[in-house]
Amino acid sequence: MMKISMPRWFYQLASPRWFYNFTSKLLPWFGIATLVFLCVGLVWGLVFAPADYQQGNSFRIIYIHVPSSILAQSCYMLMAVAGAIGLIWKMKMAHIIAQACAPIGASIAVMSLATGAIWGKPTWGAWWVWDARLTAMLVLLFLYIGVIALHAAFENKAGADKASAILSLVGLVNIPIIKYSVEWWNTLHQSATFTVTEKPAMPPEMWIPLLIMVLGFYCFFAVILMGRARVELLEREKRSDWVKQLILVNWTQ
Amino acid sequence: MSFFLAALKRELLLVFRHRSDIINPLAFFLMVAVLFPLGVSPDPSFLSEVASGVIWVAALLACLLSVDGIFRSDYQDGSLEQMLISAEPLWMLVTAKVITHWLVSGFFLALISPLVAMMFFLPEPAYPALIISLLLGTPTLSLMGAIGSALTVGLRKGGVLISLLVLPLYIPVLIFGAGTVQAGAMGLPIQGYLALLAAILVFSLMLAPIAIVAALKISIRS
Amino acid sequence: MLLAVKNLFCERDERILFQGFSMQVNAGEVVQIIGQNGSGKTTLLRILCGLSDAYEGEIFWQNELLDEVRSHYYQSMLYVGHLSGVKGSLTAEENLQWMTQLDSSLDKCSIKKALKLVGLYGFEDVPCHSLSAGQQRRVGLARLYLSSAPLWILDEPFTALDKKGVSEKEALIAEHVSRGGSVILTTHHDLSIPKQTIRPINLDEMART
Repeated sequence: MMKISMPRWFYQLASPRWFYNFTSKLLPWFGIATLVFLCVGLVWGLVFAPADYQQGNSFRIIYIHVPSSILAQSCYMLMAVAGAIGLIWKMKMAHIIAQACAPIGASIAVMSLATGAIWGKPTWGAWWVWDARLTAMLVLLFLYIGVIALHAAFENKAGADKASAILSLVGLVNIPIIKYSVEWWNTLHQSATFTVTEKPAMPPEMWIPLLIMVLGFYCFFAVILMGRARVELLEREKRSDWVKQLILVNWTQ
Repeated sequence: MSFFLAALKRELLLVFRHRSDIINPLAFFLMVAVLFPLGVSPDPSFLSEVASGVIWVAALLACLLSVDGIFRSDYQDGSLEQMLISAEPLWMLVTAKVITHWLVSGFFLALISPLVAMMFFLPEPAYPALIISLLLGTPTLSLMGAIGSALTVGLRKGGVLISLLVLPLYIPVLIFGAGTVQAGAMGLPIQGYLALLAAILVFSLMLAPIAIVAALKISIRS
Repeated sequence: MLLAVKNLFCERDERILFQGFSMQVNAGEVVQIIGQNGSGKTTLLRILCGLSDAYEGEIFWQNELLDEVRSHYYQSMLYVGHLSGVKGSLTAEENLQWMTQLDSSLDKCSIKKALKLVGLYGFEDVPCHSLSAGQQRRVGLARLYLSSAPLWILDEPFTALDKKGVSEKEALIAEHVSRGGSVILTTHHDLSIPKQTIRPINLDEMART
């Protein structure tokens, strides 16, 4: 196997106990950031931002749709990279994070598809249109489902972790090919439709709340990810002394 | 290289001893294709329009059906264990297995595809496009499928799971493969499409064996 | 010292099989792993032959970490597991030919002789699925007659063999050991080979201590 020396924090991160204590400190800050960003972004985007000159108020779903689409893709990337780290450095913590990513990413992909459909109804007049972006998102959801199903099918955790890491890496390599092929297919079958997300010049009072929403989504993702990873970590380390200690302390308080 | 040839010889010998199994994916291919006129419409203009997609989808499903077996029997009788503790390079063996799988699935499918094309009233200029696109596309299906097969070989429920893992990866091949046939039917040049299929094939030929070997090691060792 | 295990830890289904387990195998000895069903005999052998990663601890082959000398180790080791690795649709001879391709320490030239020695003379052209369980087992064990590997790892090698087959295999093991080879095996059978060469390791006692 590859042996690449990494900075100290990298190996610290690998220790479940260190991760648990570190995220205990981190979680409240990310929670506050999520709350602030989402509140500001939502109120700004839904109330104060100007309506679109063509689509009116229905365009405002962009403030949910775009952040969730971006997040669904980055989440897959994180899952695959964490899986690769787990495989190369035999790091259990990375596998825990990869495992935590899968259901979150799948839910966010569903959210992106749902908001896309809701947006599609007033814009295109149909709940579903075989738009290249939506189709690619659907395929991404399929990739997530595959990883989740494979992980669930294994009886031992070690096998499940490594196998789903391989699968998510194979998926990661394929995503650009899938995206390219779907876009190509789309142009072949449809005369260029009106693509909503590619508005060339969005005024700042429209894109700044969008940016805030994207940041809010990332913070929200971080909170959920840490939460899931911590639960999974406690489950896996339940027989280690520090977890016993932790539970004992909480119990007696 | 002599090990690769020996492995290829063994795989071909095994296929030869189970000659009747070769028919299964082909029969499946035909049956799936026949379902469309029965289920939708036998109208020639409709059929010729959907022919490229239907034939490609049927070929893809036929490959998927047989891909589960690539490592299954070697896993069950312990041969796979012996392969993993061999000093010989596992990727050569895996490549020999995938080539053999392709020979008995994709290669034969490509050969009988004109039969289905005829039943679907595919315009004649599209025939070469159909055969060549299948010849270039199905090896990628075998390679991707072998990754799924290697990941699930140690699991009791392989079948449906493999489809979940592998089908999303098949999408680009389906799109470019069916696109080639459509272009051929419209009399457009198909070289560009074939170049894309070939590029995907070369790409997966380089990377898939690595993933398959890693997946096999995980399936056996953990 | 051929093989050494240091501080092995292995758990399966939330049950600890080994903890702080160490052992070593020297040239010219038979290590017999004994223990009840479920005590981890097969798990241990699979770890030793490199077919399982589900452990913590270190394994050394000739004083070098196993992970670093894997391909050399595989050439010097012969593993016969529960599964024979025999393909039903190939004949005994074809099976052995394939095995010699996989494992270069097997002698390609004496396949016929080995088949004769395991009592399959006249069956070499029959597909293995039409052989009995004991005969199929013999096809797998015929590798022992071809092997020049110093270490044999045998998991219940005597199952499905008749008395004559068992005593022949015992003689073979004794000969391998007398030539300076080593054997790690699990069996419930009392081995009739020179007692001074056998070193039993009892996994039940390990679990208790």
